[in-house]
Amino acid sequence: MTAVTAVAAPERSGWKGLSPARRTMIIWLGGMFVLSIVRIIADADDLTSSGTIASTLRVATPILLAGMAGLWAERAGIVNIGIEGMMIVGSWCGGYGAWKWGSWAGIAMALVAGSLVGLLHALATVRFNVDHVVSGIAINTLAAGATEYLSIIFFKGQKGGGESQSPTGKGGYGEFDMPFLSGGRIGSWRSPDILGWFERQHDLPLVPDVAGFVRGLTSDIYLPTVVAIAIIPLTVWVLWRTRFGLRLRSSGESPQAGESLGVPINRLRYQAMAVSGSLAAFGGAYLSCVFTSTYRQGQTGGQGFIGLATTIFGNWQPWGVFRGSILFGFPTALKFRDEKNVPALFLVATIALALVAVLMLVRRRNVWAVSCLAAAVCTVIAYNIIDEVPSEFVAATPYIVTVIVLAGARQQLRPPAHAGLPYRPGDSH
Amino acid sequence: MKRQQLQRAAVTAASSVLAVFVALLISAVILLITGKDPVKAFTTLFGAAGDTRVIQGSLNRATPLMISAAAVAIGFKMNLFNIGVEGQMRVALLATAVVGAAVNLPAPLHIALCLVVAMASGAVWSGIAGWLKVKRGVNEVISTIMLNFIALSLVAWAFDDFFRVESPNESVLVKTKELPKSAWFPDLVDRRLNGMLLVAIAVLILFWVIVWKTRFGFRLRASGGNPGAARVTGVHPQRMILISMLLSGALAGLVGMRALLGDVHAYQNNLAEQQGFNGIAVALLGRNHPLGIFFSAILFGFLGEASGKLQLEDIPKEIATIMSGIIVLAVVIINEAVKRWDDRRIQRKAAAELEKVSA
Repeated sequence: MTAVTAVAAPERSGWKGLSPARRTMIIWLGGMFVLSIVRIIADADDLTSSGTIASTLRVATPILLAGMAGLWAERAGIVNIGIEGMMIVGSWCGGYGAWKWGSWAGIAMALVAGSLVGLLHALATVRFNVDHVVSGIAINTLAAGATEYLSIIFFKGQKGGGESQSPTGKGGYGEFDMPFLSGGRIGSWRSPDILGWFERQHDLPLVPDVAGFVRGLTSDIYLPTVVAIAIIPLTVWVLWRTRFGLRLRSSGESPQAGESLGVPINRLRYQAMAVSGSLAAFGGAYLSCVFTSTYRQGQTGGQGFIGLATTIFGNWQPWGVFRGSILFGFPTALKFRDEKNVPALFLVATIALALVAVLMLVRRRNVWAVSCLAAAVCTVIAYNIIDEVPSEFVAATPYIVTVIVLAGARQQLRPPAHAGLPYRPGDSH
Repeated sequence: MKRQQLQRAAVTAASSVLAVFVALLISAVILLITGKDPVKAFTTLFGAAGDTRVIQGSLNRATPLMISAAAVAIGFKMNLFNIGVEGQMRVALLATAVVGAAVNLPAPLHIALCLVVAMASGAVWSGIAGWLKVKRGVNEVISTIMLNFIALSLVAWAFDDFFRVESPNESVLVKTKELPKSAWFPDLVDRRLNGMLLVAIAVLILFWVIVWKTRFGFRLRASGGNPGAARVTGVHPQRMILISMLLSGALAGLVGMRALLGDVHAYQNNLAEQQGFNGIAVALLGRNHPLGIFFSAILFGFLGEASGKLQLEDIPKEIATIMSGIIVLAVVIINEAVKRWDDRRIQRKAAAELEKVSA
């Protein structure tokens, strides 16, 4: 321990002394506060409207699922560059199943196909010791080629379908509003939309924002979204609270150590890859039968790689992946609602950077504080001169943020120690 | 000693050929399952090899693949995985299209300038990944993937906002200002085969000379093969990483030049798309050796060119993409299996000889 951290210790012990739930609350409320201020200054009501929040959730879900796919694979020690390919397979199967039988069938079909592709990746990397990145790239190529080929065979010439597009799906997943909170129905009676009323009080600070946030989470809910979000606590429980999870993580941290205690490393890796593949494919199917109702070629558009970025950004932790997917989904959702709102994000970034600068100053990390302040000045200038952010920049944000996080906060990142390294059982003896 | 080397080379070549056959077999099964006739597909596909125009087209398609495979292979030699060839190529394409159209020079000089600009801009983009790796310890696989997407957005934005010109002849495709004639790379066979093929072959020869015949190449292979040992003998690992990343990016810059200088003569969206990614497959099949890369580039170029003929037989040409994916998987799996078998063979031979000595 250096003197610097010792000085900063009192503040940190106060913060560390809080329970994790309370810390999360404070962070979310703080974030809402910042957004609220920006909404009033920039006069951008859509920044925290329930519509934006709901659409963020929808944009973020496939990214979240792809990120969880990355988490499951890497926690077991396998680098999964093939998430994109698995998503492509999932989106194709989703489109096919939704067209033939309905959305849930599409999702089910995607889960099965995705786990098969995941097992193929496991077969290559575990059984044949192929470099994980090479196998992932091959799977991406293979998935793109196979879905194009199958589309021509199954979709071409069908009503509404074509060489690169499936016919429209049947729909059939549930969609509902929460009663009392967001005006949902109980039977045929329509309950009052309490949050909706609060949300319209735009002159108040914070109140409409929190109302919009909660209403966004409780209105127009798609059941598949609920399932996707439920996967986060489920993953936390399985990976951190069960014996299976402990063993699986040991396979990612130190397979030799696990092996010496009798853990069947290879079997665990196959299982983890089956889960990883089906999660990624679920993300793909979400795009083709929940977010839209047709499969289109190129629909995934690199979201598998954004998912990979979220795995890193979320520090290989389920809730971190969730935060990352929301952060990466938010600008896109905002852009969908109204292009004019996007520049307000510069103001959000300014305030966030200023806060980090103060924190760094307190911790006496002056170089960081100065560079954060400089960045804050840049963003405030950007806010004042830029009227419309080119959509290319919105698209590139997740990648840029990831590179910056990787370059700047590497000490805080803790990837599974053995992810991506070659391993054969018995080699260490 | 010589004989052992020959044996190794033969085993390597045989395993690559085997991989291609396995891939063909699996593709045949896929064709059968989906109700297409594999015999007809393969006779159509390989029957096209007799057609001179197909041969020329294949060589033309193989040109960028040779260069991008060399770019990937130079990284592999040093245990670096440059997935960013696609992005580096894209940055170089726009930069060269803009610079090339802005100046007027006599023909050979103009082309030379374009190639230099392409190499420099590709190297700048790969240099970011190199810097991140050396200074910040960021894994190059992740950073080059991210930089690919950043390049895609950056180039699309710069093209859309600054460099696109409305075309005078009302063509639908929007392009940058056309390069003057002096920057056009001459064709070997008019409109069929571009002279960049010679540049690609020169790149492969140069690659062989640098990697196997120079001190730098020796150090490169040493740091790739055994970083610890290389370091002890005084090789500066950080510097080697940066140099090989820059070299790889410089080559990546050249990948798109066949399309830019030899074909379209202006930047447009989708120009040379995927040629950077496809180089990875070619490098893997070619086992990072110039000769192997040469032949596998021609094979992949041929698959791409001849697959068009399948359409006539009502077989989707995408089977060629599936085939290249399977080839990659098959080649790495078979390489690994063959390596294990070869290791065991050598161990057994050594054991037998030891027994003979002690007996």
